[in-house]
Amino acid sequence: MAGHISPKSTYYAIFGALMVLTAVTVGVAFVNLGSLNFPVAIGIAILKATLVILFFMHAKYSSTLTKMFVGTAFFFLFILLTLSLTDYLSRGLKMYPGGAGGAGYGVRTESSTEGAAAPAGDGH
Amino acid sequence: MSDAIAAHADSHGSHAAHHRDLQHHFDSLEQQHEAATLGMWLFLITEVLFFGGLFLAYTLYRIWYPVAWAEASRELSITLGAFNTAVLIGSSLTMAFAVRAAQTGKQRATVVWIVLTMALGLVFLIVKYFEYKEKFEHHHVPGVDFHFANAAQAGPAEIYFSLYFLMTGLHATHMIIGFFIMTVIAWMAHKKRFTPEWYTPVEISGLYWHFVDIVWIFLFPLLYLVDRAGHFA
Repeated sequence: MAGHISPKSTYYAIFGALMVLTAVTVGVAFVNLGSLNFPVAIGIAILKATLVILFFMHAKYSSTLTKMFVGTAFFFLFILLTLSLTDYLSRGLKMYPGGAGGAGYGVRTESSTEGAAAPAGDGH
Repeated sequence: MSDAIAAHADSHGSHAAHHRDLQHHFDSLEQQHEAATLGMWLFLITEVLFFGGLFLAYTLYRIWYPVAWAEASRELSITLGAFNTAVLIGSSLTMAFAVRAAQTGKQRATVVWIVLTMALGLVFLIVKYFEYKEKFEHHHVPGVDFHFANAAQAGPAEIYFSLYFLMTGLHATHMIIGFFIMTVIAWMAHKKRFTPEWYTPVEISGLYWHFVDIVWIFLFPLLYLVDRAGHFA
């Protein structure tokens, strides 16, 4: 009845891929990529999670409705993380010309105040 | 109305006639299986957001305290972390085989694969125990006895270890709950409760186990691999 039966070879292949990716993520962690270390580590983790969801959790062979449920989980997680970060990551930004920066940690744009003020003078 | 009921009764009669495991409010085993799978995924959505809150807290503090995160992360054993990752991925493989055995009607094999899954889970928790023990010995447990070599980073490092214990502890709690679930499933398989037509409990318990594996797949790089290259050193 219900349920696609994957061959054992598929499971061994996914297991092998997951082990290789684990080795890669450990190895690449010791290479100084600067600010790229974090995105690479997360990218590999997302790839591993995708393999587990598609093949071990049979999402690839599930109904469209089930696939939408799976997508919903990560859609809401995405909103949770990104919408919260729009606050925390923007606290250091100067939001308007001449405005004071926020108190938090974030992307600083120290020189942008002068640059933004200049064109306003001869705007007409 | 009565026609619809009669048609409904007919569809019961036509195939999978009064299957032992078909609940009366479902038309077919396929529909029942689909409903159970959706229900499990719905629960897993809440789990994703449950852990998601902690991942958000982690992200914010890591953005604020990159140096403390780098230094505190180096206190963890990358060998034990990687070993446990491999163990848990292995347990996902044995879990997948347990479901496959149930699908193909090999219930003895289901029992064996589930016992193997639990054994690998136990190895994971034993390793975790020794990691926690080492944290207590080094005074890396948040609280009055907390001590961090770089005193300037002690405050944020304590936040890192708070999140470390909260996230790994919650993950380990999920694994312990998984043990209870797997015990029940192994017992049911031992009692020959499953058939190739009805193995839903094995399948959705497998979903839970794989989910717990996925949480660790993210915890490992986030906690153990923050800055091994010495970018912030």
